[in-house]
Amino acid sequence: MSHPGDLRYSKEHEWVRVDGGTATIGITSFAADELGDIVFIELPEVGSSLTQFAGFGVVESVKAVSDLFSPISGEVTEVNAALAEQPELLNSDAYGEGWIARVSLADSAELDALMDADAYEALTS
Amino acid sequence: MSVVDERVDASGRGAAFASPEPGEALTIVEPLVFDHSRPGRRAVRFPVASDAARAAGKGEPALPASVQRQEAPRLPEVSELELLRHFTRLSQLNIAIETAFYPLGSCTMKYNPKVNEWAARLTGFTDSHPLDPDELAQGSLELQWLLAELLREISGFAAVSLQPAAGAHGELTGMLMTRAFHRSNGEGEQRTKVLVPDSSHGTNPATATMVGYSVVTIPSNERGGIDLGALRAALGSDTAALMITNPSTLGIFEDQIDQVVAAVREAGAIAYMDGANLNAILGRFRPGEAGFDVMHFNLHKTFSTPHGGGGPGAGPVGVSERLAPFLPRPLPVLREGDADAVRANAWAGRETPGARFGLDWDRPQSIGKVRSMFGNFGMHLRAYAYIRANGGDGLRGVSDDAVLAANYLRVRLADAFDLPYDRVCKHEVVFSGRRQKRQHGVTTLDMAKAILDHGIHPPTIYFPLIVEEALMIEPTETESLETLDRFVDVMHDIARRAADEPEALRAAPVTTPVGRLDEAGAARRPDLRHRFGPDPVPESTEGG
Repeated sequence: MSHPGDLRYSKEHEWVRVDGGTATIGITSFAADELGDIVFIELPEVGSSLTQFAGFGVVESVKAVSDLFSPISGEVTEVNAALAEQPELLNSDAYGEGWIARVSLADSAELDALMDADAYEALTS
Repeated sequence: MSVVDERVDASGRGAAFASPEPGEALTIVEPLVFDHSRPGRRAVRFPVASDAARAAGKGEPALPASVQRQEAPRLPEVSELELLRHFTRLSQLNIAIETAFYPLGSCTMKYNPKVNEWAARLTGFTDSHPLDPDELAQGSLELQWLLAELLREISGFAAVSLQPAAGAHGELTGMLMTRAFHRSNGEGEQRTKVLVPDSSHGTNPATATMVGYSVVTIPSNERGGIDLGALRAALGSDTAALMITNPSTLGIFEDQIDQVVAAVREAGAIAYMDGANLNAILGRFRPGEAGFDVMHFNLHKTFSTPHGGGGPGAGPVGVSERLAPFLPRPLPVLREGDADAVRANAWAGRETPGARFGLDWDRPQSIGKVRSMFGNFGMHLRAYAYIRANGGDGLRGVSDDAVLAANYLRVRLADAFDLPYDRVCKHEVVFSGRRQKRQHGVTTLDMAKAILDHGIHPPTIYFPLIVEEALMIEPTETESLETLDRFVDVMHDIARRAADEPEALRAAPVTTPVGRLDEAGAARRPDLRHRFGPDPVPESTEGG
């Protein structure tokens, strides 16, 4: 399994992509694969504040219900509303169409607490 | 979906064959009862009111027009025989403990002996009413009092309430009592956290959250027990309780339980034991004696009352002295007579002259009622019959045999599947299908589906969450050695096929009434409502 090199990863299996002051977050393809077919996601509200490594939502698959932990702190500016109707995007395109939320990055130093793709690959293999 | 094409077969009208779409297996399904419906057909005909009765009503409708429905409900119209066949066929599509081995981990799917059903159908009980005055309900009250006494003895707790209707309801009752206890000590605001090991039942954190507590997860150690260091670090003056499932969902008895309970009590918190796995420890471990404050029983698991398909269950709670004032009310009590004599006589099958039972409502610190009337009384009857039929030695034998059966499967299947916690287990054993997944791309789900092709209900899968590709097997004590051996053969065969013909396993099951179901589709786009087609043409003659 390969994970995009331009992302940072948490040990809770979330990813973050930083573009200027905006961070896009989602769950990794490894997490989606382990969960199996995802049937429901509870998205955060726009305007809510996320704290690094704290829970911000719930994802439910045919196997299990899991908490989502934010890889980064910041205020939610946008959520992927398509996931409400098509949670399967989390399985089919975890790093693209399956993104979960965009947040305004509170502290870029937090990225240092995350892994790069190689380290995440090592964690999950 | 396939188009259902109804044909007549040798068994009579109604068995239907679905025309398969390309790539879909032929399946035999039972149509909805509405599809059997023909206008005017009846199973029961109600008598027509006599002219005299109509005249007495003076033609006035019994209900005002505003609350009368404008069109008749669309109920199925079928003969009694068709109805009987419909439900008999549906029942035959099921796998049940009475038709097949059912090693569903965490559920204790043991056989419910028929003597329990005899007891539950005694007309002295079935013809009584929960609102009967105490003097007309002495037998029912005595039974509840005696069952609570038996559960007290089995668990070592000071007092028992039979009210909660199921295991999770018992948990809720236990945590409401926990909250009431801390409030009564002036610590209600201060104690806000409930600690839950990651090997606990999923209902434990859910219950704590429902009662308003925040949940702190305690990790397991490498042996599958609780990480004592992490527990001690998490305990403090803000801890309301520890909720521990013991034996855990790994089927492992917590061998540091004395230290766990001591640490919790030292922190001023309540020690809650989830008793769902009590079938492993009857006559061997009494949680009340070990210092726990509260535990729920699952009568429908440990004491054999039937379950599956939604119950009904029964989840009595046992409590320590310090929680007893908070028990739900009313409690069945012995009003007149000597408790020791009443118990001794009851166990000998004798009545105690002059003994009077009643309901104690005068419990000012009680959390109140948690269930209408007195709980699921039919389950109390069955559990009482089961406990009395086995006796103390018998119950210990139940647990010993349940543990022996699980360990037999653990040892005999250890060559075929990974065993993440390779140690003597209690009533259930948790394997991992990770070897089959990594080496052959066959998941635990695929193997569970393949088990169905052998006429066996699959074990619990993907639980507990701390085991990858988990396969959780609980054989219970009611299976013969031959059944266990056959299961071992089936599992070895499936492990071999995972290596030799993985594609075939991914297509399983193939012998069941319906094949692999689209679980994700069912959850994402549930279709739960029947939509009526055009009205069928009335038949010229009735009956068939």
